[in-house]
Amino acid sequence: MIRFRVFRFDPACDKAPRFDTFEVPAEKGMPVLDGLAYIFENVDHSLAYRSSCRTALCGSCAMHINGRYRLACQTQIADVVRHGLVEVRPLAHLPVLRDLVVDMTGFMDQWRRIQPYLISTRPPSGGENPQTPEQRQLLDGLIDCILCGACYAACPTARDNPKYLGPHALMRALRFIDDSRDEATEERLAQVASEQGVFRCHTVFNCQTVCPKDLDPAGAIVRIKRHAVSRALRASGKDRPG
Amino acid sequence: MIKHDIVIVGGGLAGLRAALEARRAGVDVAVISKLFPLRSHSCMAQGGLNAALGNHPDSRSDSPEVHAFDTVKGSDYLADQDAVEIMTRDGVEIVYEMERWGCPWSRFDDGSIAQRPFGGQSFPRTCYGADKTGLYLLQTLYEQCVRSEVRFYDEFLVVSLVVRDGRCFGAVAYEVANGAIHAIEARVLLLATGGCGRLFSHTSNSLTSTGFGTALAYLAGVPLKDMEFFQFHPTTLVGHGTTITEGLRGQGAYLFNGAGERFMERYVSNAVMERAPRDIVARAVQTEINSGRGIGGERYVHLDVRHLGEEKLQTMFPGIIEVCQEFRKIDPIREMIPVAPGAHYTMGGIDVNADGETEVDGLYAAGECACVSVHGANRLGGNSLLDTLVFGRRTGRAIVEYLGRARGAPPAAGAADAVRSAEENLAKLVAGSGTEDPTALRRRMNLLMDESVTVYREDGALARTVEGIRDLQERYTRMRPIYGGRRFNYDLIWSLELRGTLLLAEVVAAGARIRKESRGSHYRTDYPERDDASWLKHTLAYFRPEGPEFRGKPVTITKWSPQERRY
Repeated sequence: MIRFRVFRFDPACDKAPRFDTFEVPAEKGMPVLDGLAYIFENVDHSLAYRSSCRTALCGSCAMHINGRYRLACQTQIADVVRHGLVEVRPLAHLPVLRDLVVDMTGFMDQWRRIQPYLISTRPPSGGENPQTPEQRQLLDGLIDCILCGACYAACPTARDNPKYLGPHALMRALRFIDDSRDEATEERLAQVASEQGVFRCHTVFNCQTVCPKDLDPAGAIVRIKRHAVSRALRASGKDRPG
Repeated sequence: MIKHDIVIVGGGLAGLRAALEARRAGVDVAVISKLFPLRSHSCMAQGGLNAALGNHPDSRSDSPEVHAFDTVKGSDYLADQDAVEIMTRDGVEIVYEMERWGCPWSRFDDGSIAQRPFGGQSFPRTCYGADKTGLYLLQTLYEQCVRSEVRFYDEFLVVSLVVRDGRCFGAVAYEVANGAIHAIEARVLLLATGGCGRLFSHTSNSLTSTGFGTALAYLAGVPLKDMEFFQFHPTTLVGHGTTITEGLRGQGAYLFNGAGERFMERYVSNAVMERAPRDIVARAVQTEINSGRGIGGERYVHLDVRHLGEEKLQTMFPGIIEVCQEFRKIDPIREMIPVAPGAHYTMGGIDVNADGETEVDGLYAAGECACVSVHGANRLGGNSLLDTLVFGRRTGRAIVEYLGRARGAPPAAGAADAVRSAEENLAKLVAGSGTEDPTALRRRMNLLMDESVTVYREDGALARTVEGIRDLQERYTRMRPIYGGRRFNYDLIWSLELRGTLLLAEVVAAGARIRKESRGSHYRTDYPERDDASWLKHTLAYFRPEGPEFRGKPVTITKWSPQERRY
């Protein structure tokens, strides 16, 4: 038996959050998500958590599990259990709606602010736009974000400053900046190379450390900074620093 | 009251593509989804989307017509050929369109959209973005919907449809965040709610793929078509259920049994082997397992991809490496992957024509919840993403057109009545005085389905399952009190959806029982031959309180008369 210590809170009726402890019969290979399902199905039908694909693709089940933000479906109990205990809390920096469910509205609003869509004057109909494998390769790792929120919850800058665009939105911005088909590079750079954009990042690398998809938002932010510096140098008539 | 001209239920590929089409026509359109749209099951599609672009060096002579023939043959001649021709013709433009909206397709050296071979194809024509094609398409469409200012209602579960005198006027939705019940008034309603793989426990499907939208249409009087045809993906990851993409077999992966034999040679020609269509490979794998030739006699076989080489696997199949490592702790670059068939795709669904129209005026359906039919008795890999986008777009156009001829005003007290009835329904669950547990009922349903409505089927087991499902439906009326909280009450949501799932299980099992032939994915050990004289027809299931009423519907045959299906 493994003990699950689970964060509980219903803002409608609870004065303060609490932790409930449950016994879970953990089988070999069992993910934390199945442990929560065991509790929900057998012990406490009121437990609230989001889940869907259980394959680390839909981004529903990011939460804080034994000291780190992870996807519950992707995390095996045996890999994280400590002294027979698994502690589960909701994502930080986002309002708790109930138990492990957080309000992602602000998180998605930041994503919306970076114009998260390809901007191109080419009409949708007509033939194919070529893109070389090298051009396409620039997008590898940038397009695999599932917007689970783990990076955001781990980011100290996001904690201190809700206006900060956040690692998820900035990495998404680079996905368009570096896309050979996008025509709004200058506009995008002007937007994200700003006070609440990449220059607010303190390069703590928490986002890179926790990303359940092994992506590198911090590296993306550095790449945007480089783009921005080159652009500024170009604008000032110099093509290299110094 | 939520009021829009067009309301689309479901935020996966079909729903978003329809929403975008309608929005681009300047119409008022809202998408209502029980999930945040990017959490939709579409995100799990790996391998790709078929379209006769002719970009692959071996597919220069490909054409929509050859693609259509492959699809018809793959369907074991049950697909409607006019609809298939529409799908394969529109497919080419659909791919270009997604490309122009930013979809990160993988590319060939000349910069063209890359294609690879899949099962049942005369030419390699599956366009892909690594092995995360569904994720990339879903992101791209959601981005464009946000850009076009489609209105979204996230985490709203539609619990009933408002239909009066054969006309749909909207729906009732339950807001997951606070338990509020909303009347949704719409001049036209489109269901794009996905498949029902969760009838089974061995499935690749998301936990949320319950088929609830399909059940709502069924309850509203719309017939369900060909529900007995369920696709079992031949290579799902043992112990987890997610698919190991057919793209690997397309690239030359091997299947081995416990005796170390490449057993596909016993089932298809040497030129085809592992690249046979899914129904055939699934039956081959199941036969090996049932004959005791699984690995170590266990109920799985091995998929061997090691000879494809690390570089190719890393570039084309990074997602497969991830799932093998994360969920089974195996490294497919160095080890063989344990695989077995699992329930994957709902070929049947809400009976619609090629414009997504149902028998109910103002009610449309598209995507996996619908059955046009373009997949017939067996869908080819790579044709489901195509289906969602082609018929999402077409249906999006059709509903905009329909707005111009929409007749009738919603019944005066219709919305209030529907809301009251939904509230009573939920209250009844919360006030339950019985002892039956929804999880136990669902598990029992899964077990019955896994045992009998699977790759191989026969009358006795199917009869027991139909009986067993009826029993579960009765037990459903005697459930324990369901949790009554207002916020994120998943006990209530899953219990509510279970009613729909139990209805669909009955249709699938009963349909499999009455179809006394073997065709595509539906293989009856007691009727092992295809029987065109009696069964070259669709089955329609109508909801009746005493159990589904089945009727036949002719198959549309235009160019290709049914032949024996050989590979």
